[in-house]
Amino acid sequence: MEYIWAFVIGGIWCVIGQILMDGTKLTAPRILVIFVVTGVVLQALDLYQPLVDLAGNGATVPLPGFGYNLAKGAMEGAKKGFLEAVTGPVNVTAAGVAAAITFGYIVSLFFSPKSPKR
Amino acid sequence: MLQISEEQNKEKEKQKKEIGKAYGKYAKQFTPKPKYFSNCVKAFLTGGIICVAALAVQNRLQAAGISEKDAGAFVTMGLVILAQLLTGLGIFDVIAKHAGAGVIVPITGFANSMVAPAIEFKKEGPVLGVGSKLFTVAGPVLVCGISAATVTGIIYWFIEKF
Repeated sequence: MEYIWAFVIGGIWCVIGQILMDGTKLTAPRILVIFVVTGVVLQALDLYQPLVDLAGNGATVPLPGFGYNLAKGAMEGAKKGFLEAVTGPVNVTAAGVAAAITFGYIVSLFFSPKSPKR
Repeated sequence: MLQISEEQNKEKEKQKKEIGKAYGKYAKQFTPKPKYFSNCVKAFLTGGIICVAALAVQNRLQAAGISEKDAGAFVTMGLVILAQLLTGLGIFDVIAKHAGAGVIVPITGFANSMVAPAIEFKKEGPVLGVGSKLFTVAGPVLVCGISAATVTGIIYWFIEKF
């Protein structure tokens, strides 16, 4: 059952993204920003946690899940103190961001641009 | 004399605008309309499959005795590295052409958006080319996301305190 919810919730986020891409003139970076900030705001209002409990990775793998993790780190840190509230967001997502930067850098240096395949 | 030429100019501008409008309509006939429905189905399927695969790996890691938090981090890292490798090999673009938002909205799209511009600017050097272009898309995402989350944390701290 968990797998079905993961499939459905993950799919629905992607459909929303597809509609934004096709139906509006928003550029890809703006859509990504909108998704992440949406996740932060939803979690700040305590609305995203139920979705994560229901769908697991179906809710955390799409970009709103990245925002959810950022906000969750901040909210958990806020219980401990001011400094933890500030370090919380980066702390929780550090593994993913560090991996993305380091491995992205290595890949970019190693591979050369490909001409688009038709 | 001046007045006459001004009037002529205005008329000419009007004509130009009308021609522009007519051309816009004409060109619109030939611009392909996005296939909303089939694009959405493709995005739904690919997005769903990526999430289910992530969940399967997560469950397997947790079954092996790794904590939920650590398993989540490993899954995210795995997806990011896989997407970046596929981008470097030029396969990601081929998949994205069919799947659209199905691979852009998951964290794989974020990973792709770092490598894709960085590779293109390789000629400008490893520092100002690759190093800075890694963040053309990821930069705004991280800036907006982390700022929003930090503000959230501070607000929650205030609520907790008072």
